[in-house]
Amino acid sequence: MDWSLTFYALAGLGGLGVLMGVVLAVASIKLSVKVDPREERIRNALPGANCGACGFPGCDGYAAAVVKGEAPLNACTVGGPAVTARIGEIMGQEVSSEKAPVAVLICRGGKEHAADRFEYAGTYNCRQAALLLGGPKACVYGCIGMGHCAGVCPVNAISMGPDNLPDINEAKCTGCGACVRECPKAVLKLLPRQKLVYLACASHDRGKAVKQVCKVGCIGCGLCVKNCPTQALSLVNNLPVMDFDKCIDCGICVHKCPTRSYVDRAKGRPKAVINKNCNGCTLCATKACKFKAVEGEPKERHKVTVDKCIGCGECVKVCPKNAIDMVGALGHSSQAA
Amino acid sequence: MKLNPAQIFIGAFLINNVLLFRFLGLCPFFGVSTAVSTAVGMSAAVMFVMLLASWVTWILFNTVLAPLGIVFLRTAVFILVIASLVQFVEMFLKKYVRALYSSMGIYLPLITTNCAILGVTFLNIDYRFNLLQSTVFAVGSGLGFGLVIVLFAAIRERLEYAPISGSFKGYPISFVAASLVSLAFYGFAGLFGVSL
Repeated sequence: MDWSLTFYALAGLGGLGVLMGVVLAVASIKLSVKVDPREERIRNALPGANCGACGFPGCDGYAAAVVKGEAPLNACTVGGPAVTARIGEIMGQEVSSEKAPVAVLICRGGKEHAADRFEYAGTYNCRQAALLLGGPKACVYGCIGMGHCAGVCPVNAISMGPDNLPDINEAKCTGCGACVRECPKAVLKLLPRQKLVYLACASHDRGKAVKQVCKVGCIGCGLCVKNCPTQALSLVNNLPVMDFDKCIDCGICVHKCPTRSYVDRAKGRPKAVINKNCNGCTLCATKACKFKAVEGEPKERHKVTVDKCIGCGECVKVCPKNAIDMVGALGHSSQAA
Repeated sequence: MKLNPAQIFIGAFLINNVLLFRFLGLCPFFGVSTAVSTAVGMSAAVMFVMLLASWVTWILFNTVLAPLGIVFLRTAVFILVIASLVQFVEMFLKKYVRALYSSMGIYLPLITTNCAILGVTFLNIDYRFNLLQSTVFAVGSGLGFGLVIVLFAAIRERLEYAPISGSFKGYPISFVAASLVSLAFYGFAGLFGVSL
């Protein structure tokens, strides 16, 4: 047998391999360019899949953009929170999951409150059900409640509650938005995590129509809009729209809403207490409080009825004597969890 | 093959477009065609590397592999050579031609052994091209790649804002658009009597 071909093959491929190796090794020393050492460390922290999901050409491109400050630290979806934390460490920046938004359900019509139009006997899946006349629920805007979101949540933050509505564990939710994209009814939204108050209804129907299909749906009465102290709400298509820049999370809309369509994420709110500086000007009772929680005769020290006070703090703003203190802390549910 | 350079160029550029008819280099075709700017950078890098790789592999094949009778090693050898070459070029550009590096250097590692590059180098051999014909073929293929990916990026930029039903958003509608672009390019078949 002629071994020369084997020899040529080995020598050819091996020789080329060695040659290329040597050339590259020499080049990497001779042609080395000093780069920001952070860039290299970020590059090493990244998965190295060069998938481009971050919107940059490969992991190198993303690492360079991060160091330049042109890219967000959490753009690597493949690496997830772990890689984001590493990049944050390298860049010396705090990347807390607190800043990530949280997914919320903007529907409260569980099976107790919202009626069905027909009995659905198909595959138990929201997206399948939504194809059939928009799902069995009488309210076409509402949550179908078959738990598709719970299935797609990558961190298992969603479980189905007893009323057939998804229950989102805010501590686990990373705000990735997977459920928001998958929901056929678009009743899941990403809310800034520090935001406490939101309207949990998506129905654009008129009040009467809403009343017929759901006990907790927004009827578009506009009470919240009228009572909002910062004009953060406006009624568009029978549904209040909230301007997050103006909203101060006072919670007045939550308590004014006749259908209880708002959700307050705060675990607890402070209460107003009037101290002895009060000269009985009655401003708090007449001008500020929208819940008749302040009582008292003119020129006498006023009192707050604790059960009626919602802790909005409007009275503090009008008191000329600084006689009102807010006692107790505003509890964020995400901190408590 | 008796073809003049113009025929080879038209054949590679339009008629047997590397993306739409040879189905090579489809990963960047969908991966970096989301914006025209990235598509231009990518296609510049592909053209550059395609030309370099064609030269190097053609010379290597005809001076080393063919005389030694080890042409069966060409896949391994070509991948090895192209990968090393791209690495080297990237380092060289980073050091000496900073402007060129920043405009397309970041795309170079992505196409280390892109199938379009490898495919063109193989076709150079299979068609028994000489060095000049290989050069023309590589330039034509590279330009064809660039043309299609930039066109397609422009289409995808508009698709972003088009009212498309949910299940078609993103890649599905892109695939449909790609097939329509491919069909449109069928119209070039037989142009100037070329059917390479």
